[in-house]
Amino acid sequence: MATVTEAPPPLAPPAPETKPPRRRGRWTPYLLLLPGLLWLVVFFALPVIYQASTSVQTGSLEEGYKVTWHFATYWDALSEYWPQFVRSVLYAASATVLCLLLGYPLAYLIAFRAGRWRNLIMILVIAPFFTSFLIRTLAWKTILADGGPVVGALDALHVLDVTAFLGWTADDRVLATPLAVVCGLTYNFLPFMILPLYTSLERIDPRLHEAAGDLYAKPSTTFRKVTFPLSMPGVVSGTLLTFIPASGDYINSDLLGSTDTRMVGNVIQSQFLRILDYPTAAALSFILMAAILAVVTVYIRKSGTEDLV
Amino acid sequence: MKTTEETTTAGGGDVRLTGISKTYGDFTAVHPLDLTVPQGSFFALLGASGCGKTTTLRMIAGLEEPTSGTVHLGDQDVTALPPYKRPVNTVFQSYALFPHLDIYENVAFGLRRRGIKSVKKQVEEMLELVQLGEQARKKPHQLSGGQQQRVAVARALINHPKVLLLDEPLGALDLKLRRQMQLELKRIQTEVGITFVHVTHDQEEAMTMADCVAVMNAGRVEQLGTPADLYENPRTTFVANFLGTSNFIEAEVDATSGDDIVLKAGGGKLVLHRSRASAPATTGGKILAGVRPEKISLTHADDAGRIPEGRNRITGRITESSFIGVSTQFVVDSPVCSDFEVYVQNIDRDPRLAPGAEVVLHWNPAHTFGLDAAQDIDAGVETVEEEVV
Repeated sequence: MATVTEAPPPLAPPAPETKPPRRRGRWTPYLLLLPGLLWLVVFFALPVIYQASTSVQTGSLEEGYKVTWHFATYWDALSEYWPQFVRSVLYAASATVLCLLLGYPLAYLIAFRAGRWRNLIMILVIAPFFTSFLIRTLAWKTILADGGPVVGALDALHVLDVTAFLGWTADDRVLATPLAVVCGLTYNFLPFMILPLYTSLERIDPRLHEAAGDLYAKPSTTFRKVTFPLSMPGVVSGTLLTFIPASGDYINSDLLGSTDTRMVGNVIQSQFLRILDYPTAAALSFILMAAILAVVTVYIRKSGTEDLV
Repeated sequence: MKTTEETTTAGGGDVRLTGISKTYGDFTAVHPLDLTVPQGSFFALLGASGCGKTTTLRMIAGLEEPTSGTVHLGDQDVTALPPYKRPVNTVFQSYALFPHLDIYENVAFGLRRRGIKSVKKQVEEMLELVQLGEQARKKPHQLSGGQQQRVAVARALINHPKVLLLDEPLGALDLKLRRQMQLELKRIQTEVGITFVHVTHDQEEAMTMADCVAVMNAGRVEQLGTPADLYENPRTTFVANFLGTSNFIEAEVDATSGDDIVLKAGGGKLVLHRSRASAPATTGGKILAGVRPEKISLTHADDAGRIPEGRNRITGRITESSFIGVSTQFVVDSPVCSDFEVYVQNIDRDPRLAPGAEVVLHWNPAHTFGLDAAQDIDAGVETVEEEVV
């Protein structure tokens, strides 16, 4: 009984003291969110709304633009520029597949076999970021230049005959062809594929490989049944990080391509900056955004990443 | 694929390691070692961490390539075979269950890899055996440690390997569950009759489960035998200390008469049977006389006259006593050994046996064992304490 009657006094005084910190604690998450939210509102939400309104405006540069809810702009943009849309998706998808084919073995090597070379190889993967995107792409212009050693070698090996037959190159050139654009895209976005792949491969317990081997799986089966399924989160985020920016890219097509390789990014850029047809440019941007969202949603559903550990 | 099928059906055989060793650079993990594990036995490799027991196990599994020597399973030399071609399966220390597969698919993994199409019946039976039938569609991370452990056993056993290798399979479980799983594993082993090679640092686990124990220390097998044989007749101080507790008296050989060796220690005489001395006894030479704490009787010095003749006796004073319930553990300071441990059954407790009391320790000479005096008396003691903590 004595303990019961004595217990409340020591408990009572701290109670009012604990209230203020608790109240402060409740607001902390929102305070932490605030800078990021503000940033998003100012630099993402507002421009998006502004562009959305632009896309349904009509008028001219001289008379000014007015919101007339002219949704026909979307239809006109799509019917006029659908080849560029298809090309964008095609080029971006090709570059993504190439990135995966080049990046997976490298990420695998870094994660499981590199040993003390791991950090050095990681630095080499990231090294290109120390130079600007533009300079790196311009360098490819030199590498693939007509009459250069690369084109010469490809020609001598009759590779160019094959690629020309497939429609990837033309006239014994590499520059100003789809091949050059896809190569540029692949090169520029490769690190975005390797890094997530490496992260998810590195998390795999090497004992799972041993367990699979112990349970009669050949190394190739171990890869198919254990390593690859467990690296799916990396594959999904790597392909998204490559595909999304690649499909909106215009620098590679601009510098390494020709008028025949124009992607939707190039169209938007010229509509905005040269032709100054703002509604069409804004409409194209929204169509691209919607298309990417649709592709990504279907892709994530199909790959079932939410089911992965 | 074919070789696996043939060997699994070919009907067992012993595991034979011949001159097998493993070195990593300058470090020798396992010194050349010969070991035969009889077919159908429950064999334990016991030792402290870093003694080479896991490396030895991994060499049998094929996960580690031996620097020298050969591994035979029955008549088949498997030294050069990769793990996936060996008719052995492993239960890994951390279970290594496939996190992306459910329990059913984890257990079916080995069967599917060997191209067996209808796995349903076997998997269900195996899950019943380890009492996990209802968890079949759960993912490993949804199960408790004990359940995961049983999945790991089921996943390995379903393949009917010639040998099941267990790498500290109970290390991650709490004490109560561990005791339960020890009995469970022993039951399964008796039921399926497959050779089990079990790696552990827990001497109690090794002794309760195994038919035969190999005690390893610093990359070598110190001693091999049945648990009782190892306990009663340790041949090195390491084994004597690692398995249970031993008291050692540094003695000098006084005389040898027939089957008995008479030892001189402190002021008194001790008798050691020749058959129990693992070191040669020459008059005037040194020998370590050992005795287990539970073999010793404790009598108050006032009653010394009532001790029967022919027993080894030592005088001392009790420094500590702790009541355990079934027994009382005493530490006695004697001239020949400063901390002599004595476990006395609590049958008729003598209230005079308290710290400070003068006592006589006495035991049947047959319980004395003799070891080579050139060894470190405390070998194997610290390692045990480390593992306990």
